[in-house]
Amino acid sequence: MELDDADVRAILQLLDASAFDELQVQTDRFKLILRRAEGAAWTRETRTLGTPRELPDLSPEARDASAVPASPAAPDARGAAQSHLIAVRSPLPGTFYRSPKPGAPPFVDEGSRVERDTVVAIVETMKLMNSVYAGTAGRIAEICVSDAKSVTPESVLMRIEPSPA
Amino acid sequence: MILRRIFIANRGEIALRVIRTCERLGIETVLAVSAADRDSVAARRADQIVCIGAAPSAASYLNVAAVVGAARRSRADAIHPGYGFLSEQAPLAQGCEAAGLVFIGPTAAQLSAVGDKLSAREHALAAGLPVIPGGAAATASEAQALARSIGYPILIKAVAGGGGRGMQRVDLPADIDAAIDRSMAEAQAAFGDARVYLERYVAAGRHIEVQVLGDGERVLHLGTRDCSIQRRFQKLIEEAPAPDLAPDLRAAIESAAVAFAAHLKYRGLGTVEMLLDCERGSFHFLEMNARIQVEHPATEAICGLDLVAEQISVAEGRALRLRQEDVRCAGHAIECRINAEDWRNDFQPSPGRVRLARFAAGDGIRVDTHIEAGAEMPPFYDSLMAKLIVHGRDRAAAVHRLGLALRHCEISGVANTLSLHREIVGDAGFAAGGMRTSFLDGFLAARAAAAGTRA
Repeated sequence: MELDDADVRAILQLLDASAFDELQVQTDRFKLILRRAEGAAWTRETRTLGTPRELPDLSPEARDASAVPASPAAPDARGAAQSHLIAVRSPLPGTFYRSPKPGAPPFVDEGSRVERDTVVAIVETMKLMNSVYAGTAGRIAEICVSDAKSVTPESVLMRIEPSPA
Repeated sequence: MILRRIFIANRGEIALRVIRTCERLGIETVLAVSAADRDSVAARRADQIVCIGAAPSAASYLNVAAVVGAARRSRADAIHPGYGFLSEQAPLAQGCEAAGLVFIGPTAAQLSAVGDKLSAREHALAAGLPVIPGGAAATASEAQALARSIGYPILIKAVAGGGGRGMQRVDLPADIDAAIDRSMAEAQAAFGDARVYLERYVAAGRHIEVQVLGDGERVLHLGTRDCSIQRRFQKLIEEAPAPDLAPDLRAAIESAAVAFAAHLKYRGLGTVEMLLDCERGSFHFLEMNARIQVEHPATEAICGLDLVAEQISVAEGRALRLRQEDVRCAGHAIECRINAEDWRNDFQPSPGRVRLARFAAGDGIRVDTHIEAGAEMPPFYDSLMAKLIVHGRDRAAAVHRLGLALRHCEISGVANTLSLHREIVGDAGFAAGGMRTSFLDGFLAARAAAAGTRA
C-alpha cells in the first residue's frame, strides 16, 4: 500500500509546523520527497519502486503478441552503397503506415513518381496522424520499412532517386 | 455480487486512479498491460499484471478477445474499462457477459444507443431535450441540401465519433463536398464507420456537461462542469461547477441531463454534454459519454465523492446510495491537463523519457499522474501526462491556487503544456470566467500576434 493524497496532506501539516524543509521517505515500494517551496508551499516527487508481478498468460493472443517484437525498425545501414539516393526519414517516433487507412491502396509504391510535397506515408504518434512528405522530387527507389512497424526519427522509411520534374 | 478482483483494461493515470480506489476498498487489481507498459508505474502499483499484446493499441488495449480472455484466466470478477480504448464499445460489454464477468459500465444496449451519435440525437428528442438543427447526410448532395436548410457555417461530425475526429467546420457551400469526403475518410480510419452528420455551427458557444449516476432505476446528477477551453475539439482545462450561469438555466441543464439518462434507464456513471448558445441563451444536447471521464476529479473535488467507488457499487448491483438532496457541492475546482506536446510548435506530440517530475502538494491540490522521473511516454498512446486539480472556496480562490500550484510544478525530458497553463491562468479573460469555446484559439492568436510585434 502506498501513501495517498490524504496521507501526504497529513504529513505536510506536521511539516508545516516544523523547522524542516525537506522530508524523504523510502520503503521497498516507494520513495517520496517533500520539499518546502517559496510562499508556504510544498512540492512532491514520487518514485514507485515495486517490481511488477506478471501472471503468466499463455493464451493464443499473448503468444501472438510475444511473437511480434516491439523493437523499432533499425536505422538502415545499406545507404552507403546507394549514396545518390535520398533518404526519407520519420519526422517523429511512432508507427509507420503506407496507406491512409486500413485496406486502402498505399500512398506510393517502389517506382512511383513523387514531388517534394507528395505525401508518401503517415506516422502515427500519440494518436495523431502525421503526414510524411517526400521532400525531394523523383522516383521511389526503395521502401525500407514494412507497414505498421515502429519507427524512430532516425529510421529511413524510403529512398528516393532524385530527378527534377 | 461483491467484487473482490477487478481487471483494469486501461493504462496511464486512469489505471492508477482505479487502483487507488480498489486499494482503499480492499479489492485486488489485475492490470492489463501492453508490451510497452510492462514496467509502467501502474504496473508496479497493481497487485498483478498480464501482458495482453504488443505495444500498438490495436494489438492490445483495443483487442476485445485478448482483454476478456486475460480477465477470465486471471480469475477476475469484473472489468473496469477506464476511458477511451474499449470503454464505450458494446462488444466488450457483451464479451464480459458471455464470459460471466461484470462490466463496470452501462449495458451493451445503452452503449449502442449513445455510441451512435444519430441514435443519441433521436433519444434526446424522445426525452424532450433540445438538439442543434441538423441531421444525417449520406451523400454530398444530401449534405448540400441539408446545409442550405440549416444555414452556414455548419459542423460535420462522425456518427461513431469522439475526440474530435472527423469533425470539421465548413463556412462556404463551395467547400462542403471536399469537407464531407475528408470527414468520411477520417471517420472510416478512426472508427471503421464512415457515416457523418451535420449540425449548425454555434460560433458563440460554451461546452457545459452534467455528471450523472444511475442504478438502472433512478438517476441523479452531480452538478455541471465547463469544458469550453478546447483546442481542435480536445479539452485542455475543465472546471466544476460551470461558472456564470443563471440559476434557472443551470437547473434546466441539470434536469435535462437527468431526463436523458432516465429515459435510457441508465446504469453507471456518465456525462451528458450540452452546448450553450451564448447568443440565443439556449442550450442543446450534444452527446453522452457512457464512461468515467478524464475530468471527473473536478466533480469529485466539489461534491466529495469517489466516483470510481460509486461505479463499483452500482456494478455490484446496489441501488444508489444517495438521494439528489444528499449531493452537496461546495466551492470551485479547476483541472489542467498537462500533455506531452510542444505547444509552441503547433502542439506537436513529444514522446520520450521523463527526467524530472515535481508537482505542487498541499491543501486543495490534487495531482493524478502516472509520470515520475524515469517514466516513459510511449508514442503509441495519447499524450496526457498529468492532471492538476485545485479546489478553492470560490472560483477566484481556485484560480489563485492554480497559479501558485503551476509555479511549483516542473517536468523535464519531454516538451509539455505546463508553461501554456501558466500563461492561461494569468490571462484576464480566464480570470473573469465563462469563456467560450473560441477562447483558446483567440488566446493563441493574440499571443502569436504579440510575439510578432515584439520581433
